[in-house]
Amino acid sequence: MGTNDRPLSPHLQVYRPQLTSVLSILHRITGVALAMGGLLLVYWLVAAASGPEAFATAQALIGSFFGQLFLFGWTFALFYHLCNGIRHLSWDIGLGLELPMVAMTGWSVVGASVALTLLAWIVGYIAMGGG
Amino acid sequence: MSMRSAMGRVRGLGSAKSGTGHWWSQRLSAVALVPLTLWFVAAVATRTGAEHAEIAEWLSSPWNACLMILLVVATFYHAWLGLQVVIEDYVHDERWKIGSLLLVKGVSILLALLAILAILILLTGR
Repeated sequence: MGTNDRPLSPHLQVYRPQLTSVLSILHRITGVALAMGGLLLVYWLVAAASGPEAFATAQALIGSFFGQLFLFGWTFALFYHLCNGIRHLSWDIGLGLELPMVAMTGWSVVGASVALTLLAWIVGYIAMGGG
Repeated sequence: MSMRSAMGRVRGLGSAKSGTGHWWSQRLSAVALVPLTLWFVAAVATRTGAEHAEIAEWLSSPWNACLMILLVVATFYHAWLGLQVVIEDYVHDERWKIGSLLLVKGVSILLALLAILAILILLTGR
């Protein structure tokens, strides 16, 4: 067995998933997803700059069932990464590192991301109905 | 307050040979993105399903175009820094690592430039 083939510790799969570990990996997953979602932002802006026709195509694509599904996931990823990012920034200055506090802020981040996602979509549907 | 020692400041290097620069840039872009993202989501959510004219009108304001450019720059800078760490964590083959790091950097710059040009075109209403 070569050096590169040796099993490496820690074996993450033997651990029961916990709030801390799940939220931690979710921060990374949503970060990568948001980077991919950046493509959509650029496409939307370029379409707008290209003229009304290209923009109408982009709006129709985003407004389709799969477009909306993607956008809903993107909205949640954005708010989760934003809220948990603030949690990380507070840890960076040494605040909230005690375990009960970590659990409390963790659940708060989950609640806030869900609430903000729903809020943004309610605002979106009202804007569509009104406009 | 600086967290670095006098010698650290002179050399500007840590064990990673780059000091705290990467870490600090990631935090700084994160802080900038908090208000910028909230502004952006509020702006687009209230314009859901908008016609081209409405978006063109919105970005014809120097304020909105300026904030939009800041958002794009901070977003792709932060995404590049973040993806760099992810690649360094999981890609161990040196060739693949360097290749994917360069790809991520190049694509980030390309996308940011494209977005900025699109914003400028909308600003000038060409």
